[in-house]
Amino acid sequence: MVEKLQQLGQRTLELFEKLGRSSLFLLQTLMGTLEMLLRPRLVIAQLHSVGVRTFLIIIVSGLFIGMVLGLQGFTTLSDFGAEESLGVMVAASLVRELGPVVTALLFAGRAGSALTAEIGLMKTTEQLSGMEMMAVDPIRRIIAPRFLAGFISMPLLAAIFSVVGVIGGHMVGVGLLGVDDGAYWSQMQAKIDFNEDILNGIIKSVVFGFIVMWVALFEGYDAIPTSEGVSRATTNTVVISSLAILSMDFILTALMFGDI
Amino acid sequence: MVEAVVNAKDVLVSVKDLSFSRGSKMIFDGISMEIERGKVTAIMGPSGTGKTTLLKLIGGQLHPQKGAITIDGQTVHELSHRNLYRLRKQLGLLFQSGALLTDMTVFENVAFPIREHTKLPESMIRSLVLMKLQAVGLRGARDLMPNELSGGMARRVALARAIALDPMMIMYDEPFTGQDPISMGVLVQLIRLLNDALGLTSIIVSHDVQEACAIADYIYLVSGGKVVGHGTPDELRHSDSEWIQQFMNGFADGPVPFHYAARDYAEDLVAVD
Repeated sequence: MVEKLQQLGQRTLELFEKLGRSSLFLLQTLMGTLEMLLRPRLVIAQLHSVGVRTFLIIIVSGLFIGMVLGLQGFTTLSDFGAEESLGVMVAASLVRELGPVVTALLFAGRAGSALTAEIGLMKTTEQLSGMEMMAVDPIRRIIAPRFLAGFISMPLLAAIFSVVGVIGGHMVGVGLLGVDDGAYWSQMQAKIDFNEDILNGIIKSVVFGFIVMWVALFEGYDAIPTSEGVSRATTNTVVISSLAILSMDFILTALMFGDI
Repeated sequence: MVEAVVNAKDVLVSVKDLSFSRGSKMIFDGISMEIERGKVTAIMGPSGTGKTTLLKLIGGQLHPQKGAITIDGQTVHELSHRNLYRLRKQLGLLFQSGALLTDMTVFENVAFPIREHTKLPESMIRSLVLMKLQAVGLRGARDLMPNELSGGMARRVALARAIALDPMMIMYDEPFTGQDPISMGVLVQLIRLLNDALGLTSIIVSHDVQEACAIADYIYLVSGGKVVGHGTPDELRHSDSEWIQQFMNGFADGPVPFHYAARDYAEDLVAVD
C-alpha cells in the first residue's frame, strides 16, 4: 500500500518536473524565436521541411474530406429540401472545425513526429551537446527556427485544407449530385462571416500550431538518448498533441461559438 | 627565489576537491588535479570511472556538487550563461562519436563554428576551412557527408572543427577507441603535432595505455572517484603501487579483482535461491 502511494507520489513529482522543464524550454525557445527574425534563412529552410513537405497530405486529405462532406451533407439536407445550402454547410464545417482540427492532427503526425525523431536523434548522437560545446545554443540554432516555421506553416496549411475541401464539396455536390452551382457559392458568400467563422478558424489553427510545435520539439529535446527513448518520444508527440488539440478545440469552440 | 619562479607551474585548468554524484552513485569523491598550459595531459582509468563526465564538468555542461573547476582563473560553474558561452568559444571538445552535424557536408561542418561566431566574408571562411582540413589531411574529403566517412576520418573532421576558432584548449574523449592501427597512428601524431604547432593545451581521456603514454606529458590515473596516481609516463611505469602496475600492464587480476564481488563460489553452487 505504502509502496503504491510512493509510486503515485513519484509519478506526480516527475509529471510536475516535466511540466516545469517544458515551460522553461518554451520560454527559451520564444526568446530564441525573436533572434531568428534576424536570420530568416534558417527559418526558410525549415519552412520547406516542416511546411512544404506536409503540403501533399493536406491537399489529398482536404479533397476527400470535402467530398465526403458534400455527399453526407446532400443526403441530410435533401430530406428537408435544403440542398441549395450545401455550400454553407461544407464551408462552415471546414472553416470552423475540420480545417484547423484535421490539419493539426495530420500536422502532428507528419511534421511533429518527424521533428521529434530528428531532434531526439541529434541528442542521441551528441550533436546537440557538441553544439553547446562549440558555444552555439542548440535551442536558438536548432529549436527556434523549427518552432517559428511550424507556427507559420500551420495556419497556412489549415487555410489550404479548407479551400481544397470546399472545392471537393463542390465537385461532389454540384458536379455529381446536381446542386445548383450559383446557389452553392452565393449562399456560402452570404452566410459565412469573416470574423465569426474565418477569423476564429485561423485563431484555432494558430493555437494548434503552437501546441504541436511545443510538444514535438520538447519531446525530442527531452528524449532519453537511446533508440528506445526516441521511439517513445515520437509516440508521445503524436498522442499528447492529438489529445491536446482535441481538448483545446472544445475549449476554444465553447468560447467562440458557445455563448458561455 | 628565481628558481621558484621557474618551477611554478603555469596551470590552465585546476580541479579542486571536486565531488559529483549521479543519483546515489558517487562518481567523483573529492578529486584534485592541475593541468598545465601547453602540455598534453592524459586522464586515464578503467571504463565507467566517469572520465567523460569530467570533461563535461570542465565544459560546464554539468555542475559539481562540491568543489570547483577553474579555467584560466574563471570558476566554470559560477559563470553566467553569456560568460560560459564566451569561455566555450576558447575550448574544443572532441566527442567519441565525432558529433558531426549529419545534415551538412564536411566543409560546412568545419565552417559551422566560424559562421556562427564571426561575420567573415565567404572567401575567407573558405580559406580557413581548407587550412583546417589540410591540417588533418582531409582537404580532399570536403564534399563528403558525415555518413560517408570512416570512424577515424569522422574524428579528424571533428578535430578540424574543434580547431576552427583557434581555441586555447582541446579535450579529447576516448580518441583512440575503436580505431584501426593506421588511423590510431594518425590520431596520435595529430594530437601531439597540433598541440605543439598551435600552442594548445590538450586533455586526453583514454584507457589506451600505450597510445596515451606515447604522447602525454603528464598522466592522472582515476579510479573509484579518486585520483590513484599521477606523474609522467615514465614515473608511472616504474611506480611501486600495485594498482598502477596492474592498470599500466593490463594484468587480469590484482588490486582490481577479476571477480565481481560475490559470496563464496562453492557455497553459491550448492545453495538454493
